[in-house]
Order: sequence, then C-alpha cells, then structure tokens
Amino acid sequence: MSILTYIAGWPLLAALLLAVVPRNYRVILRAIAVLATLIPAVLAVKMFAQFVPGANGYQFEQQIPWVESLGISYHVGVDGLNVGLILMGAIVAFAAALCSWEIQTREKEFYILLLVMTGGILGAFASLDLFFFYFLHELALVPTFIMIGVWGRGEKKNYATFQITLYLSIGALIALIGLIALYLQSGANTFDIPKIIEHAKANPLAASAQNFIFPLLLFGFGILVSLWPFHSWAPLGYGVAPSPTAMLHAGVLKKFGLYGLIRIALPLLPQAAQSWAQVIAWLCVGNILYVGWVAMRQRDLNLLVGNSSVAHMGFIFLGIASLNIIGVTGAVLIMIAHGFLAALTFALSGYIYQQTGTLQISELGGLCRKLPFIGTALLMAAMAGCGLPGFANFAGEATVFFGAWVKFPAITIIALWGALVIGGVYMTRAIRNVLHGPLPEKWNSLADAANAWRKLPYALLLASLLIFGFAPKLLTDKINPDAEKILNQAAPIKLVAHTATSGARN
Amino acid sequence: MNASLMTLELCVIALGTMLLLADFWVPAERKKFLAYAAIAALGGLLAISFNGGGICNPGSAFNGSFVNDALAIFFKRFFLLAAILVLFIAAEFSTRLAEAVSEYYSLILFALAGMLFAASSNDFAMLFVSIELITITFYVLVSFQRGKINSLEAGVKYLILGALSSAFMIFGIALIWGTTGELRFDKLAEFLARTPQLASSQIFLLGVLLVLVGLGFKIAAFPFQIWAPDVYQGAPTPTTAFLAIGSKAAGFVLLLRVLFTAVPAVAHQWTNLLIVISGITILYGNLCALPQRNLKRLLGYSSISHAGYLLLGVAALSANGQAAVLYYLAGYLFTVLAAFAVIAIVLKNVENEDISSLAGLNQRSPLLAATMTIAMVSLAGIPPLAGFFGKFLLLKAVIEQDATHPGYYCLAFTALAGVIISLYYYFGVIRVIYWSREPADVVAIELSSPAKGFIWVCLAGIFWLGLFPNTVLNFANEAAAALGK
Repeated sequence: MSILTYIAGWPLLAALLLAVVPRNYRVILRAIAVLATLIPAVLAVKMFAQFVPGANGYQFEQQIPWVESLGISYHVGVDGLNVGLILMGAIVAFAAALCSWEIQTREKEFYILLLVMTGGILGAFASLDLFFFYFLHELALVPTFIMIGVWGRGEKKNYATFQITLYLSIGALIALIGLIALYLQSGANTFDIPKIIEHAKANPLAASAQNFIFPLLLFGFGILVSLWPFHSWAPLGYGVAPSPTAMLHAGVLKKFGLYGLIRIALPLLPQAAQSWAQVIAWLCVGNILYVGWVAMRQRDLNLLVGNSSVAHMGFIFLGIASLNIIGVTGAVLIMIAHGFLAALTFALSGYIYQQTGTLQISELGGLCRKLPFIGTALLMAAMAGCGLPGFANFAGEATVFFGAWVKFPAITIIALWGALVIGGVYMTRAIRNVLHGPLPEKWNSLADAANAWRKLPYALLLASLLIFGFAPKLLTDKINPDAEKILNQAAPIKLVAHTATSGARN
Repeated sequence: MNASLMTLELCVIALGTMLLLADFWVPAERKKFLAYAAIAALGGLLAISFNGGGICNPGSAFNGSFVNDALAIFFKRFFLLAAILVLFIAAEFSTRLAEAVSEYYSLILFALAGMLFAASSNDFAMLFVSIELITITFYVLVSFQRGKINSLEAGVKYLILGALSSAFMIFGIALIWGTTGELRFDKLAEFLARTPQLASSQIFLLGVLLVLVGLGFKIAAFPFQIWAPDVYQGAPTPTTAFLAIGSKAAGFVLLLRVLFTAVPAVAHQWTNLLIVISGITILYGNLCALPQRNLKRLLGYSSISHAGYLLLGVAALSANGQAAVLYYLAGYLFTVLAAFAVIAIVLKNVENEDISSLAGLNQRSPLLAATMTIAMVSLAGIPPLAGFFGKFLLLKAVIEQDATHPGYYCLAFTALAGVIISLYYYFGVIRVIYWSREPADVVAIELSSPAKGFIWVCLAGIFWLGLFPNTVLNFANEAAAALGK
C-alpha cells in the first residue's frame, strides 16, 4: 500500500472509530482526533523528504480497479505539483485539530466531521483518477457546510450557511459536468488522469470541445476558489465558521480548484487555456484590486482576513494565466504558502474571538500587552500576508510576478501595486488597531496561549512559513520539472528552463 | 406453455391468500407477527432467486407475452426487496391501522404480485392487467385509514385520476392494436421495422402517446404529477413508501419496455418530447418542494423530481442511460424507504406530520437522526452515498449523447439546477433535526429490534451502492442489454 493511502486513510478510519466512542469520553475523543491528524502529518513529512525531484512519472503510486466497466480506479500518486500540497494539507489539518479546543458542544460530531474533511481533501490531492478526485473533494466539502451551520458564530450564521452551501455546490456541479464532458470527449474511456493525458498526446481534443469544456472547469473550479466575481461567499462564510473549519477550508480545501485547473485543464485543454488566459488575467485583477479594496474597508478582523485571503487567490490565478514554467511554479508555491498563512490567521483570529467574544476592530486594541505570543504571531502573519521577504508568500508572489511579466506587463504592475500597497495598508492598519494603542479596561483579564501545547499549532504554521520562506528551493526544485511537463502540452512556446529556476530562487 | 416460469408470482399470491386465511386464527395482539412471517417467506424467495433455484429461470411463456429476461429478473429482485422493507415499515405502523392489519399486509403482497407481472410483461394486454392489479390494490391501500378524512380524500383523488389514466391507456392500446394488429412488444417492433411509414401514422402515434400518458401517471411525471403530493400526504406511511418506490419502478420498467422494445423508432423520433418532459419534471418537483412544511408532501414533490432525474436516463436513449435508470432506482429504494421508516417511527403520535415535529430528533434517537440525515443527503446526491453515483451515471449518460442533439447539454444543466434547488429543502430537514431552537418533545424513542435491523439494512444499502457500485452496475448493464434485443 502506498504511503498516500495511509495519509488519507487514517483520518477516515479514525472518524469511523470516533463514531463508536461514547460522547462523554471527551479526552479520548480529542486524543484520537489529534493523533489521527498527527500520523498523516508525520507520514507526509517523510514522503516529502523521500520524494525524488524530477523523477519520471508519479511516485508512491497505487492503483486498485473500482468500477471496471467505466474505467474508474482508485489511483493515487504524487509528482512535484501535489507533493507540497499534501504536506501542507496534513500539517494544517494537525494544527486545526489542535485548535479545536474552542469547540465545547457536540465535540464528537465535530471531530468526526473534521476527520472526514481531512481525509477527503488529502485523498483528493493525492488522487490521479478524475472520478475520485471529484468524489473525495465533495466528501470533504459537505462537512464544511454542516460545521458552519452547527458550530458557526454570530447572527448571520444561517444565511452564511445557505450561501456557502449553494455557492460551492453550484461550483462543484459545474466542474462535475466539465469533468464528465472531458472524460467523454477525450475518448480514452478511462477516468485515469495519466492515461487520459497519454491518450490526449496522440489525439488532442477538438478545439470546439476544448473551448466548451474549459470555461466549465474554469468557472466551476473558480467558484470553489472564490475567483472574482464569484467570491462573495468566502469572507462571510469564513467570518462565521468555527476556526478549525475556516483553517481547513481556506487553507487546504480551497486549493482544490486551483490544483484541478493546473493538473487537469492545462495539460488536456491547452488551446482553450491559451485563449482564456487573458480572461483569467483580467478576472484576477478583480480579486487583487477590488477585493483588496473591500478588505481595506472592513471593521471586523475575520472579514478582513477573509477578504485578504480572497485577494491572495488573484496572484495564484495570475500565475496560472501566465502559462509558463515560472508562473505555474509560483502559483503552486503560493498555494502552499497561502495554505499555511490562511490557517495561521484564522487560528489567531479564532483565539482572539474566544478570549474577547468580538472581532470588531474598533472594540479591540493594545492586545499585544496581554497576549504577547498571540500578538507576535499575528504580527508575523500580517507581514507574511503583505509579502515580506523571509516568508514563503514572498517567494511565491515574486516568482509569479516574474512569470507574469513576460505575458501581462500591465496587469503585473497593477498586481504588484495591489500586493505591496493595498495589502500593506490594511494589514498594518489592522495590526495597529488590534495589537497596539491603549488597552480597553474590559480586556484586562485576557490570557495568552498558556502552555507549549496551546502554542504548538501557531508555532508549527509559522515555522513552516519561515522554512519555505528561507528555502523555497525545497519546493521549487520539486515543482519545476513537473510544471514543465504540464506546460509542454499547454503552451506551444516553450520558455527556457534556466530562467525558470533563476526566477524561483529570487 | 411454460407456466412454471411464473412460480415466483404464484408463490407471492399464495402467500397473500394464506395471510388472509391466517387472519381467522391469529389473535389480534399477535397480528404484527404475520408481517414478519411474510417477510421471512419473501426473504426466502429472494434468496432462492439468487441461488439459481428455479424461480427465476430465463425464458418466455404464454406465446411470448410473459418473459423472464435479465431485465425482468433485476426488477423482480428489486420488487421483492422493496416489499420486504415496506412490510417492516407496515409492521411498525400497524398500531395505527387499528383493524384489519392482516388485510393490509396481504394487499401489499397482491400489489407486489402485480409488480412482478409488470416486470415480465412483454405484451400490451399483460401490461394493462399488471398495471390494473397494482393500481386497484393501491386504491385500497391509500384509503386504508378509513377514519381519517385525509386518507379518504387521497384515496378518492387517486381513484379518479387513476381511472382516468387507465382509460387513456386502454384507448391507446386499442389504437395501437387497430393500426397494427399486434399486441406483443417484440412483434410490434418487427412490424414497425417492416412498415416504416407507420411511424408517421397519426393514429398509431396517438395510441403510443396515450399509453405513455398512462405510464406517466404511474411514475408521476409532469404533466401527470398532480395526484402525487396529495396522495403521498394522505396515505398511510407504508403505502406512501410503496407508492414511491414500487409503483414508480413498475412504471419505469414498463416505460423502458414500451419505448425500447416495442416502439424504438418512435422513441428516437420523440427525443425532444422526452428531454422537455424530463427537464420540466425535475424543475417542477424541486421548485414545488421548496415551500412545503409537511414531510410526506415534501417527499411527494421530491419523488416527482426523482421521476424527472430517472427520465434523464430514458431520454438519453442509450443502453448506458437505461442502466443508469436501474442503478438509480436501486439507490432510491434504500434511501426513500429509510426516510419513510423514520417518518413512520418518529411521527407515530403526531397528527400533522409537520417538519418541525422532527425537532430534537438527535437527542431522542441519534440513530434515527443519522438515518434521516443520510437519506436526505443521498437524495440530494452527495458522495459517498448511493444517490451520488446514480446521478453521476445519469448525467454521464445524458452528456454522452450531446453530439446527437444539442438539447442534452441544456438537460444536464437543468438537472444541475434541480440538484442545487433540492439542497435547500433537504438541508432544511437536516437543520430541523440538529439545530432547531427548542425541541417540543425530548422523550427518547425506543426502537424495536426489527426496526433497528431494518434501519441498518437501509444504511448498509445506501453506503454499499455509493462505495461499491460494481456488482449492481453489472446487473444493471446486463438488464439494460436485454432491452435492445
């Protein structure tokens, strides 16, 4: 059995196990959940370390036929594109399980859903079969809705639950139609992604079919990733969600759509990708500028963080739209960096909410005096968010800009401006109002993260951001060769490989 | 003559008669056990049918008007399973029927016999007789709670509309016979192939259309769906469950036979009609379900929408589409029966069957709450449950045909819109179960052990069809292959 099966399988097995543990054994419930996310995290680190960059084909592969008459099989494997994503997903899931102490009611159900979500999304990233790719994502998506509906906070809970459910289901179903159409049009009669790609090399899809399927995938996946103008579910949904759910969804689940575009749409629909690249590039301006501007106007810390997370998706889309090795490498790099960052910020805002019961920026202030650890972590997260060198986000964003400059100089300038100025403005303003200034009387009783156990999730996520910030080479060396493989199909104009590596190292 | 092919049907009828007789000797408080006896007997028949023991031999009888092909055998097993599960619900429900419990059980068995005949019918006369056997039994089953005005109203509505549709159907059969002189499906297809000008004969087409009207009534497709919500709401819960699954599946097996065995040329001519009917049925069922507060009425509208989804597979006019219909029905069997079982158990003492009476169910019985949730999620079509794989197959079958007709993509998107709309009301039910403010009633619900077993069977079925589709899909593919012959 492949290590990937264990990574995705442990959480799902543990979810079944939790179903039979009585609900009053709270410590055991929690211990099982933490353990069932720790094991995949350790295994993912091991897999990441053993991964051979640039090797031919997929590594840690496993394939079991499932429905032979349709050509569906359980097929997992990693290459440079998903190895980092799985590592990120497993670490974030572990951090989310550690942060779940804020859940006080119906813990049993919460942990079951959290583990199903974890197993589903890790499985989806590992999957090399179109059917399972979709199936496991949907399996992870549904618990999100239930968690927001049951454990969500604030008055807008019901509205936000229905909004996120309907929005994301529409996105997922449009993508499903696109995937089925792709399966049928490819003529390979299999759902196996490597086989379809192999088949498409010999018989590329007709241009008309490509131009029809690409928008289905782009907008289907785009809705899942909060591509402007389909982003309005995200800030509100994250604002209402309990923080472990927001961490997992914003950090990990949301990257599914982007990963799908890179893994499936770019190699199989290369001509359509060329003709739609311009559209994606302009839409991502909407994400970066418009949503960035909306984020500046927020008075609620969680809505601000949610909007800024939507804005960051713009850079990833820009990297994909540039359709060259540097751009796509950068896009994958930001996906990983943003996963850690989004999880960190939602975990921190969740901690503050737990302590104060509000996230209205005007009510907060001077919190750094009472919460030195949390405050410092929040400050660092904000700096990572506006792209300070030393954090993984900088490496990713810089790479994307290098990649995009060749193709869209004007948009790159706008995006740069959005990243440096707009991001800087709202992040520093939030930091000033939340952490500095006079401390209101009522917050005198706040307590910082008490012990190492409580500090662990934040420290872990920060450490990941810093490690990949100082050594992005750990990731780019793995991503680069496979991004090149994907793009050899996508772009008729091949960029010289050495620019790619030099760009990534900056 | 090969009457031994009908062993299964004869056994079921004999069983029903025996139940009627046993009524004389069994004391009133033990009548519930008659249901378990019937379940055991049907379970035995089902087991034998898988063991190759004589009752499901392939072949044909009565000059070919009765056939036992792969399709018939698939549906016979399906109906047996459905009847077994419905009898479980009926046993749970028996306290509310007050009197004549054993008649109720035996009527279920007679309806089952009708469905078994329907699965095998290869002739318009056989089709009509089996449909009538089903429908007339259901007139009684629907209005069985004689003391309740709702039940009687439902019975009268079903009777009037059912009789009307039967009249249409017999008129249609007469027209077909008058223009062709054939009643057997395969002979009719040969006749049609020999005389292609028949496919444009107005009288013949009117006949086929009228037969389809009658079948449309059985499956509750638009525009013949008008009875469904009222009857679903008024009928006793086990009857509603049997209507939702048994009667609908019988309609579908006959529809498949008529369209693809008897008049394949006409079916291809009417692609547009099938696409439009399927699309409208999906939208109508889902949109009308949105404002419903009565659970059974909600499921009534939801069953209309599921008829629409099933019609996707019919409209696709391909073997894959037909196999998808069969697979979807198998998933729908477990799902919808699980939902009705929960309704029958939880709402035992509630008169109005409002959704709000499910409030606090997760405190009263976590198992029932989980079952209802899983049933709703499966009806909505979310992995890893049966409903998802069924919808996936149906959508795939429809999109597969896009080269032949541009309407198929529109149909796929209509189905998608239907799924999105349905999420709203299915999740509404789940919301009431888990997070309604103040549950009125928090008394724990005691489950009898047969009820528990029943629920685990349904849950296992829902997950099995969602996670391991291979076996049933192969059965469905074989059965669909029998249609084209």
